[in-house]
Amino acid sequence: MKCLKEQGVDVVFGFPGGAVIDIFDEIMRNKDLTHVLVRHEQAAVHAADAYARVVGDVGVALVTSGPGATNTVTGIASAYMDSIPIVVFTGQVPTALIGNDAFQEVDIVGITRPCTKHNYLVTDPKELISTIREAFHIARTGRPGPVLIDLPKDVMAAMVNFTEPKPIKMRTYRPTYEPHPGQIEKACKAILKANKPVLYIGGGVIASNAHEEVTELARKMSVPVAMTLMGLGGFPGTDPLSMGMLGMHGTYYANMAVSDCDILIAVGARFDDRVTGRLDAFAPNAKIIHIDIDPTSISKNIGVDIPIVADCKHAVAAMNSWLNRAKDYNRDEIAGKHEPWLDKIRDWKSRHPLGYVEEGDIIKPQFVVQKLHELTGGDAIITTEVGQNQMWAAQFYHFNHPRAFMTSGGLGVMGYGFPAAIGAKMAAPDRTVIDIAGDGSIQMNIQELATARQYNCPVKIAILNNNYLGMVRQWQELFYDKRYSNTGLETAPDFVKLAEAYGAVGLRATKPSEVEPVIKEALATDNTVIMDFVISREEGVYPMVPAGKATTEMLLV
Amino acid sequence: MKHTISVLLQNKPGVLSRVTGLFSGRGYNIESLCVNKTLDPNVSCLTLVSYGADQIIEQITKQLHKLIDVIKVTDMAETEYVEREMALIRIKAEAGTRAEVLRVIDIFRGKVVDVSPRSYAVEITGDEEKIQAVIDILKPIGIQEIVKTGTIAMTRAKKSI
Repeated sequence: MKCLKEQGVDVVFGFPGGAVIDIFDEIMRNKDLTHVLVRHEQAAVHAADAYARVVGDVGVALVTSGPGATNTVTGIASAYMDSIPIVVFTGQVPTALIGNDAFQEVDIVGITRPCTKHNYLVTDPKELISTIREAFHIARTGRPGPVLIDLPKDVMAAMVNFTEPKPIKMRTYRPTYEPHPGQIEKACKAILKANKPVLYIGGGVIASNAHEEVTELARKMSVPVAMTLMGLGGFPGTDPLSMGMLGMHGTYYANMAVSDCDILIAVGARFDDRVTGRLDAFAPNAKIIHIDIDPTSISKNIGVDIPIVADCKHAVAAMNSWLNRAKDYNRDEIAGKHEPWLDKIRDWKSRHPLGYVEEGDIIKPQFVVQKLHELTGGDAIITTEVGQNQMWAAQFYHFNHPRAFMTSGGLGVMGYGFPAAIGAKMAAPDRTVIDIAGDGSIQMNIQELATARQYNCPVKIAILNNNYLGMVRQWQELFYDKRYSNTGLETAPDFVKLAEAYGAVGLRATKPSEVEPVIKEALATDNTVIMDFVISREEGVYPMVPAGKATTEMLLV
Repeated sequence: MKHTISVLLQNKPGVLSRVTGLFSGRGYNIESLCVNKTLDPNVSCLTLVSYGADQIIEQITKQLHKLIDVIKVTDMAETEYVEREMALIRIKAEAGTRAEVLRVIDIFRGKVVDVSPRSYAVEITGDEEKIQAVIDILKPIGIQEIVKTGTIAMTRAKKSI
């Protein structure tokens, strides 16, 4: 307990069980630690994940052995793909029983080995404290990620002497934070020479708090910015230099700009297949600079010309100060030189802006997201589920600040958004938190309504309800001759009544004119609210780059 | 292309499965693998042989390095090095071929480690090609059983002073 306190842990998301009764007994006595009792262990991990994203430090989950542990796997895998720092404590059967197929025994260290940054089975109580410290250190430094600690019941119950913390020095783990000055110089010189530069920023910018440095670089050098799903908020979405998201459902102009640029400055992004499309057609004429703290991300999918292994914040700050000192750098001159390029992007943007076709009395999902943006002043924390709801949220809620958008980007977990909203709200009780959901995804962790109610977590859920697993249906429409196999969800709960059953508030809008009043009422209600927006059933997410195609081969609205 | 990769790692439970799990999970090949303690009992040395394009091998070395328990990764292809394998081979050795088998083993500087009226078991060390050559020669005589280690490798010391 004292060890958790020392690591700055205030909130733990968890669910008790036989193997962890001892810790829960201690939690009951400990008044400065809030334990949030979820209703499914997966939700504990998603909540800890979102909590970590909001506060910018480690989130913590605590579950029991066996099924408690296996239920966390999806959450851990999601945090791993998105590089989110969390520490998951799992109970384990007593050391003497390990390997005996004991009741609620599972080799969770073995199961989670490929989806954690590191994991531990503590077999000696003397190693407990140092292991916890090392785990937090590994989770929060370098490329952040989930760390799991498996605690046999006897180790957990043992009394150990608390030792004062010492700075952690590990023989085998020393991430590189400072960029190589020679590489910084090379990168800056290349940028100065470029005529059609693009910044391509990802989750690393958020993780390393590099948004100010990136914004300075973009404005100083008049470089347009494309963001990945994980990078949204890393640069102000309403800035004239913002091109929004790139990739499969990115904007027309972001994708065109990337494929036409002569230099691509990738910062904390990993050239994911959803971003690049067909690899040989991705930024084919560009020199590529890649800043990443994880060397394995560099030249993994796309050959990089100027690799910089460093923390994004340190590296971009170093580039900014190099440019400030450079003799041949003149801000106005650079701005003038890039004007034709920015003009070209503005032209692409005016020809194919993000948009949708209005349909009389039918609610368009994009309209709902736009209204949410408008009525929250763009300042809410938005979490999403996965699928169309996620993409519409990413496209139409223009994030101006980092740590305001939480989504399961890499793993794509349906059911992430609602527990994440609870985690975010626990981290920032004064912020408005909205889960933009689909009618399919929300049902994957709907049981958390009880958690939200128990902890007076007035999060808002906006269900974009089309009675479909919409994204898969869209693929079936486009690539499978409209054979909608198992994507119709005609049998669904009445979400308004469902909310009421949990003591939450349910609201429904079936016409565009009802959207604004419903959102206003939801925002004014001091309770968990489900807003059920009955939307255009077969609305698609556009633009869309079909999987495996070049990013310039977009299907447009 | 074939690469011999030498990995120093912490001698802790589960470390080997972190390495092999990395290979199976990411679809890399392991041709052979050999692991044992170094002079420092807390550190193991693992030598593995893998095939792949340069880009894949670069990923493999980076991914190995990323494992928290890994201390050092060396792609031997970037240095001068010696490598050895060992094979134990049981060969049919009856009246007509007993002398012939011994001659062949002698040529390859092998050693007889077990004798029976109808067979010899011999120990051969060398690089992969040499072991293969021995096998090719002995095959027509009749190999009954064969057990091979993986490759172990060591970088050559600097020749200049």
